[in-house]
Amino acid sequence: MSLLLERVEKSYREPDGSRLPVLDVENFQLDDAEQVALVGESGGGKTTLLNIISGISTPDTGRVVIDGVEINLLPEAARDRFRAERIGFVFQTFNLLAAFSALENVLLGMSFGGGNVDHARARDLLDRVGLSKRASHRPGQLSVGEQQRVAVARALANRPSLLLADEPTASVDRANQENILTLIREACTADNVSLLLVTHSPDIASRFDRIARLDEINRVSQTAAAAGDPV
Amino acid sequence: MNLLSIAYKSIKQRALSSSLTSLSVALGVMLMVAVLVIHGIIDRMFSQQTIGYELIVGRKGSGLQLVLNTVYRLKQPIENLPYLYYLELKNDPRVENAVPFALGDSSKRGGFPIIGTVSDYFVLEYAPDRKFKIRGTGFRDSFDAIIGSHVAQKNNWDIGSTFTLVHGGAESDHEHDEVFTVRGVIQATGTPNDKTVFIHLNGFYAIAGHDRPPNETLTKLKAFYTEGIPGHPELDQTDPETLRPKPGAHVHGMEDWQKEVTAVLINCKRPPDWPADAASPQMGSFQAEIKRGFKAQAVNPIEPMRELMQDIVGNIRKVLVVMTGLIIIVSGVSVFVSIYNSMSDRRREIAVMRALGAQRRTVFSIILAESLLLCVGGGFFGVLMGHGLVFAAAPYVAAQSGLLIDPFAFEPMEFAVLPALIVLASLVGIIPGLTAYRTDVAKALAE
Repeated sequence: MSLLLERVEKSYREPDGSRLPVLDVENFQLDDAEQVALVGESGGGKTTLLNIISGISTPDTGRVVIDGVEINLLPEAARDRFRAERIGFVFQTFNLLAAFSALENVLLGMSFGGGNVDHARARDLLDRVGLSKRASHRPGQLSVGEQQRVAVARALANRPSLLLADEPTASVDRANQENILTLIREACTADNVSLLLVTHSPDIASRFDRIARLDEINRVSQTAAAAGDPV
Repeated sequence: MNLLSIAYKSIKQRALSSSLTSLSVALGVMLMVAVLVIHGIIDRMFSQQTIGYELIVGRKGSGLQLVLNTVYRLKQPIENLPYLYYLELKNDPRVENAVPFALGDSSKRGGFPIIGTVSDYFVLEYAPDRKFKIRGTGFRDSFDAIIGSHVAQKNNWDIGSTFTLVHGGAESDHEHDEVFTVRGVIQATGTPNDKTVFIHLNGFYAIAGHDRPPNETLTKLKAFYTEGIPGHPELDQTDPETLRPKPGAHVHGMEDWQKEVTAVLINCKRPPDWPADAASPQMGSFQAEIKRGFKAQAVNPIEPMRELMQDIVGNIRKVLVVMTGLIIIVSGVSVFVSIYNSMSDRRREIAVMRALGAQRRTVFSIILAESLLLCVGGGFFGVLMGHGLVFAAAPYVAAQSGLLIDPFAFEPMEFAVLPALIVLASLVGIIPGLTAYRTDVAKALAE
């Protein structure tokens, strides 16, 4: 099993000192190399969920287990290292660093892991996403679709076991949506990487064998929906 | 990619502000290096252990003034010594060399100081292990002259050039009739000799107007030798008033007792195996003996200048170093402002690095590395620019002051500049680094 969430709860402190619950997940699993679309509307807690899975944030209670490692018990530096080595991240807005070329952005993904910075692999990844000739271009010199492809290459740089993609097609045009989605799924399949792709598009979600609905997983969403409140 | 290359990329991204920030550090360091190097050169010049002679004997007064006008040709002489006193010193069994030195008048062209002396002056070293190199024949006749390199260059004089003198300072309009001929040009020494015109002592005395009325000279001589004029008992018996020249009479030629010198340069005898750079064993007692008298003083040419360096010039150096140090600190503050101001724009960039697995201490180190690169990079260029400035200024300074500046001169204190910059960079990088360290990743990514 690649990912397991058990009784994970997260709340934030309000200015008046009270706690605002945003996440309450009883159980959620992702098998090795499984590809799952996580569907939810804005404000449903999906960003909080991704932050907790990746170790950027820690839950108030519960367990987050990735590849058998209960990462919520790890100290922050160890979680950072774990994230660098085991988890790939594709953001909605690509988040490439403007000062670095496409190749350097991919290398940057390797720089924070424990392994070596592998120039050959970085070039190979750019080749796989069809950007071998654009390696020296900076993000500002690339189209939106090309930037997202660089982001996919960067996410795969450290051979992760889990790829988290946060609405990776939301910022690209329709033609590129298909390309990006296919690229991510094929790359994960080829590298045996588990994929959790967040989207609010039913069309994109329909391509996946398994669709997880956030309002079904997150009990806070259910409560809020029942009460008619946004989360 | 290592931290330095990541930091370098970030600096490059803000090329203009980074360049200007680094330039401010470079300019501060450039000034400090130039101050250190030029001051070091002046310091060495005024602190040399020997300058060819170990004592300057002159009339009683300020030792510093005697040194300044004898060695550096600055200020006016105190008062003259009788030439007979020079002869006494020359014949003293403890004395190896005694070189007469008569300072007065200026060259009409250029206003360079005129010194009457003898060929022995050029046998002495002008600096440790440095002997005069003279092109030409040197003194052969009373109206021969040897000129410094700067004089030759400035006045466009060479062997065979002729010139006249003006009485007293250069602004004087009393021009002497006597014409002197250049017989030797001294190779540049980096000392005030470069800006001096040396004439033969006999020629100096032969200049009309340098002969005082005999009655005045004898009165002064008797005041100097209160216990009898050595070798001239007849003068002791002579009433100066009987020597008063008749109106309209013009006296030509001077007896030795009528002559005067400004100073006498002395080297005492020393045993054959005595170290060349050490004072001779008899110097102390010889100096003390002269000091005991009422009329003359003997000063070591180094001591008053060393005291001056320590008391005044040394403080100026401290002030300059402190001021340039403050400039560098201000530059450091500009590095801080530059990096700190960029932090709000870079929150997302830092958050992305954290999301990719960078630890807090990693992003802290990247910001610190940026500060180091800006400060140390700027400092490195500052050192180069400082030496470039000295290199560029060397000919101009040499032309203006006669100081020969080695453009490649290096001051040991420069070694302290880069470590100091590393400390400065670390200090100014801490707060921006902590800002990066404390970045809330989830919040910054959500913005």
